[in-house]
Amino acid sequence: MAAPTPITRIRPVEVELRHLHRRFHDMVAVHDLSLTIGRGEFFTFLGPSGCGKTTTLRMIAGLLLPDAGEILFDGRPVTATPPWHRNIGMVFQNYALWPHMTVYDNVAFGLVERKVARAEIGSRVEDALRLVGLEGLGHRLPSQLSGGQQQRVALARAIVVQPGLLLLDEPLSNLDARLRVQMRNELVKLQRQLGITTIYVTHDQDEALMLSTRIAVMHRGRLMQLGTPAEVYERPADIFVADFLGGANFLQGTVRGRSGDRLVVALETGGANGAAQLHASASRNPGFAPGESVTVCVRPEALELVHDGRAADDVNLLRGTLRLANYLGSVLASEIELPGGGILRAQIAHPRGDARIAEGNPVTLRVAPDDVLLLRPQTPS
Amino acid sequence: MSIPVPQQAPVRAPVGIRWRTSVDPGHAALALVLLLILGVFVVWPIAAVLRVALTGADGGMTLAHLFRFFENPLYIESLTNSLLAGGWVVVIGTVLALPLAFVVARYDFRGRMLVVTLSTLPLVLPPFVGAIALTQVFGRAGTITLLLQDLFGLHVNIMEGLRGIILAQALHFFPFIFLTVTAALMNVDRSLEEMGQMMGAHGWRLLRRVVFPLVLPSYAAGALLTFVKAVDDIGTPFILNFKNMLGPQAYLRITTVGRDDVDGYVICVIMVIISIACVVASNWIVSRREYATLQTGARQPEGGKSLAGWRSSVALGTCAAILGISLLPHLGVIVMSFSRVWSLTYLPSTYTLGHYAEIFLRAPRFILNTLTYSVAAALLGVVVAAAIAYLLQRGRVPGKGLLDAIAMMPIALPGVVIGVGFLRVFYTMTLPGTETSLASTWAIFVLAYMVRRLPYALRASHAALHQVHSSLEDAAAVAGAPRVRAFRRVVLPLIIGGVTAGGVLIFITAAVEFSTTITLVSRIEQSPLSYAIYIYSQSPLGRGAAAALGVVAIVIVALGTYLANRLSGRGRMAFTL
Repeated sequence: MAAPTPITRIRPVEVELRHLHRRFHDMVAVHDLSLTIGRGEFFTFLGPSGCGKTTTLRMIAGLLLPDAGEILFDGRPVTATPPWHRNIGMVFQNYALWPHMTVYDNVAFGLVERKVARAEIGSRVEDALRLVGLEGLGHRLPSQLSGGQQQRVALARAIVVQPGLLLLDEPLSNLDARLRVQMRNELVKLQRQLGITTIYVTHDQDEALMLSTRIAVMHRGRLMQLGTPAEVYERPADIFVADFLGGANFLQGTVRGRSGDRLVVALETGGANGAAQLHASASRNPGFAPGESVTVCVRPEALELVHDGRAADDVNLLRGTLRLANYLGSVLASEIELPGGGILRAQIAHPRGDARIAEGNPVTLRVAPDDVLLLRPQTPS
Repeated sequence: MSIPVPQQAPVRAPVGIRWRTSVDPGHAALALVLLLILGVFVVWPIAAVLRVALTGADGGMTLAHLFRFFENPLYIESLTNSLLAGGWVVVIGTVLALPLAFVVARYDFRGRMLVVTLSTLPLVLPPFVGAIALTQVFGRAGTITLLLQDLFGLHVNIMEGLRGIILAQALHFFPFIFLTVTAALMNVDRSLEEMGQMMGAHGWRLLRRVVFPLVLPSYAAGALLTFVKAVDDIGTPFILNFKNMLGPQAYLRITTVGRDDVDGYVICVIMVIISIACVVASNWIVSRREYATLQTGARQPEGGKSLAGWRSSVALGTCAAILGISLLPHLGVIVMSFSRVWSLTYLPSTYTLGHYAEIFLRAPRFILNTLTYSVAAALLGVVVAAAIAYLLQRGRVPGKGLLDAIAMMPIALPGVVIGVGFLRVFYTMTLPGTETSLASTWAIFVLAYMVRRLPYALRASHAALHQVHSSLEDAAAVAGAPRVRAFRRVVLPLIIGGVTAGGVLIFITAAVEFSTTITLVSRIEQSPLSYAIYIYSQSPLGRGAAAALGVVAIVIVALGTYLANRLSGRGRMAFTL
């Protein structure tokens, strides 16, 4: 890796949001958002478009004033501090490189504003360009660079000022798929190297899961869940989070009883002779009592194809008819119609030429009790 | 363990948190200043004109003055003449423009680009400049008249009275029709025509049933624009000394009868009504024509069937004949500026540089005045226009659309109306601490020119700023640049070309402005070259000097147009209205 540079002398800040509200006319963009982002964290706001994630980022940057609420950097209120006094770096979705300046001038801009001595500007710009792998391209104009290179210039421009906080607004969305994966890896490496507090905004769950120390899932201006990637994926707080992160099958049911670490849930549909039962792990689904109505959530990849007869003793079986089988190489993306109506989506691993896998055939699926998630039922939005 | 956030019962924001507004105080202050400027220099003069015309003797509102207008035979004649002239200008302009447009849009031939370029020339030259030489070319003893007489034994004097004005304006304004129709013809999707051909229409039927309906809205818009321009133009009637038209009458009432004469204001209101009606109708037609230019997929590159051999010569010949006639007046001005004696001959019999000595050495103040007023108006206009455009696109302040609406108003106002309004409001206003009327200082020209051409500059600024994505400014703010510095280092360098082009447009149009100028001139020392051309042209001995000033105007306009097109980075005319 590159030799230690002044850029690595970054003092990351802690960011705290207190009851942030922001409205655009009648639309509530952000509603009562409170959370704390620790020093050096790679924190991601994840959600569909219009969920308020970019609005939140722009408020943290100071480009937008919250209607109410406070923003604190290291405990110091900065809500009304203009962006130019916040000492942050930001990468915009469209990169926002200044087209009339060379790469060098783009990167040097913030240093000039900070009245850094000319000689030091030169060495720091070079360092920043080297860090993002663009040494020697300082004389080019942004229009003479590829999309990936422009992205790196934007990144160099953001970090050259040694900001305490790096804001990234969907920075990878304009790149093609292969470049996106490469930049993703480089981004995470750079962030670890600099130790800078980073806030990332995206609608791409893969990016969020791979990059983040913690993820805030947002929907319609509200924080739906806050947790590590494993937590939000494996223990989603509600149907929206489960559906948005990875997708899931949702079945209605009632908790019938408990035996040991198993909660027994009776499904409204899906059994061979009408209703079926599923066993769920009680320790993974705390707080559910017998008699309670629940929404059962099963990830498509948690469903496993079993041979008839061989699994007679197993309880967590769902039988149905294969309606759709799309061969994707590593998996078979399929849809199974349950007897009582309703469709299950399943990703069946190792689909190598299995004779039973033909549309129209009856199939049996199994799900491990640890993979059965119980959620409070809610009216689907 | 994760933290599922309870989503029911949203927590209320703690009491004591200030609900902030999203109005930016800086923007609001700027908007107020601009509103004040526009209010004083745009709204007030117009309101003053309206008030005088619509106020009765008892102080109440009345339409009595307007009705009395239609009882005065002179006014009726003036109105008829103005409308007649406008109508004929459209007819003759159509006859000149349509063949040219059709040939240029449909066929490719050698010299095509030259034709396009030359045909826009009359557009940027003020009509009264061409009018200086018109008598010498088409008049009783003019070159063309003599030629016709010697070749065919015909004796016609087409410069008599209203006909001369119609001829001058038609030659001058036909490019408005040419440009709109050419653009529309080029925009007609070829597939629509091919569809028509497959349906069995071809030749004349194809033109009549498919092409004409598609081009008609553009033609109508161009024709209305030509009509407005012709009715508003008072330079040509003055230079040709035919004053029984609306514009000249308004001017004469105000300057000879007095500033309190109601009739002058009434005529102004009539002119404004005609002008607004045409602008509104034109906008309506253009907004309805969306279908005509709708196109998807690949479009045939501009040009069309390429012509070679004799067909090419015919096409070029047609264009050359039309353009030749339309550029004759301006050629005549150039020849005239060097002529000492030009009487009853095709060309001058003796030549001189004396007219240039007159305007550059003996009386250079006309050119100097023009440069001073136009540069000042351009600088002022650019600042105001850029500020309005900025607020409109980036401003966080309510009611900013009002600024735009007011600033665009002068586009529908005849120049003489702006002049009369300025006189009405500022004549009685004295400079602080002196007895000097504001209307008698040269600043009045600067302000009037600025107001009159503000729409051009505003549009140019709009277009320039529109290309600067707001994230470029955000990036500068985040990188540490306060708003003013971000504007200076990022926005300004990016828009300066387009904004300057707008300034150059103000400059060239102000340099040859006539109708507002003649209304506001109070002393000859203050006169810019447009008024000087008029004064010189009224005496037989001064015609040469008038022509020399006309050549200066042509040079200023030509250079300015070239510069504006270079700056705005487009190969086409940056303004057409």
